[in-house]
Amino acid sequence: MSFEVDIHRRVGERTIAARFEAGEGITALFGPSGIGKTSILTMIAGLLRPDGGRIAVNGQTLFDDEAGIDLPPEKRRIGYVFQDARLFPHKRVRANLLYGYDLAPPEARWMSMDEATSFLGIAPLLDRWPRSLSGGEARRVAIGRALLSGPRFLLMDEPLSSLDSARRDEIMTVIERIRDEVKLPILYVSHDRDEIDRLANTVITLGT
Amino acid sequence: MLLSLKIGGVAVLGALPVAFLLAWILARIRFPGRFLLDGLVHLPLVLPPVVTGWLLLIAFGAHGPAGRFLSDVFGISLLFRWTGAALAAAIMALPLMVRAIRLSIEAVDRRLEGAARTLGASPLRTFLTITLPLSMPGVLAGAVLGFARSIGEFGATITFVSNIPGETRTLPIAIYSALQIPGSEHAVARLALIAVALSLGAVILSEFLARRGRNAERIGHVL
Repeated sequence: MSFEVDIHRRVGERTIAARFEAGEGITALFGPSGIGKTSILTMIAGLLRPDGGRIAVNGQTLFDDEAGIDLPPEKRRIGYVFQDARLFPHKRVRANLLYGYDLAPPEARWMSMDEATSFLGIAPLLDRWPRSLSGGEARRVAIGRALLSGPRFLLMDEPLSSLDSARRDEIMTVIERIRDEVKLPILYVSHDRDEIDRLANTVITLGT
Repeated sequence: MLLSLKIGGVAVLGALPVAFLLAWILARIRFPGRFLLDGLVHLPLVLPPVVTGWLLLIAFGAHGPAGRFLSDVFGISLLFRWTGAALAAAIMALPLMVRAIRLSIEAVDRRLEGAARTLGASPLRTFLTITLPLSMPGVLAGAVLGFARSIGEFGATITFVSNIPGETRTLPIAIYSALQIPGSEHAVARLALIAVALSLGAVILSEFLARRGRNAERIGHVL
């Protein structure tokens, strides 16, 4: 098993809770907007603390309130592709890509800068500023930045939202190649059924 | 004139780390007593400068707690020295600097800090590589404003360290002194012109830095 997740957290009046296990390939978290899919990802990433429960990846416990384990985000080795690319505006594309790469211990890296740029087709963008990129370009750079940090698994939050259909196809192809060639487990959040049917190996439907 | 620049420069350099720390605390940490700290930081802005100078005199005078500590431990006194003038100027400039820096820290997108953490950056590294550079325009604008404020300081300085030529006679105090002497209208006009030029330059520079900061956000450049 890649992911074992059993967490809950109160947000205002509601409780966001999720319990699932997920294996190889792409596991989709599917459900309507506002149900707390992004909150679940941020809790797995360590940016939001669950009220209780347990999160483990490849047998390593990242969070367990009973055992008092709560690894900080920088120790979890997760690649998080945010819904809004979230590139650093004061760094050029190259520096954005190298941010996590430089911080990863050399033995944790499994992709080089050259591999990432040719894999994603972003070599011509290296000297650009994030603000000058189109939505699709920014998305690809964000994926590259996450892959270069040497993650053991990937969290993707609506990576196709607000892209036109040509760009969507382009990014979907990239995601399929990560699934099939890199064989990195991906937890994928979406509210789009078609997208999930094409990409996901396992679908977890979140209900109200 | 040169003395004024030296006092203003030392005041701003000394106040900058303190101002940044205070701005960061006020922008980021929610704690009881935050409003009290906010009020204390702003006090020199609203208090009559003479009162600030008198409080400094009490604290740093030969029998004041801070003054006794400095003379016992380091064997120095700030009283009637240019260093005392720099301290008075720094305290008077602090509120303006904290305000400018705090606004720019609050404008930093905290989600970018989260992104840096997931990429393997410790909280300290995140601060140094994301928060600090992104708030730099505000820090520079705050420093320029603080410098202008320092150079213009009069009330607290003359109360705390008096008016000693070559030691504590800053630009405004020199203007005031010249005004006391009949027939020195030319000297006053010259000094006043310098003051106007310095202040105008500082305001324009700080506005330029703030604008450049906003542009940086939009097109992705940074200072």
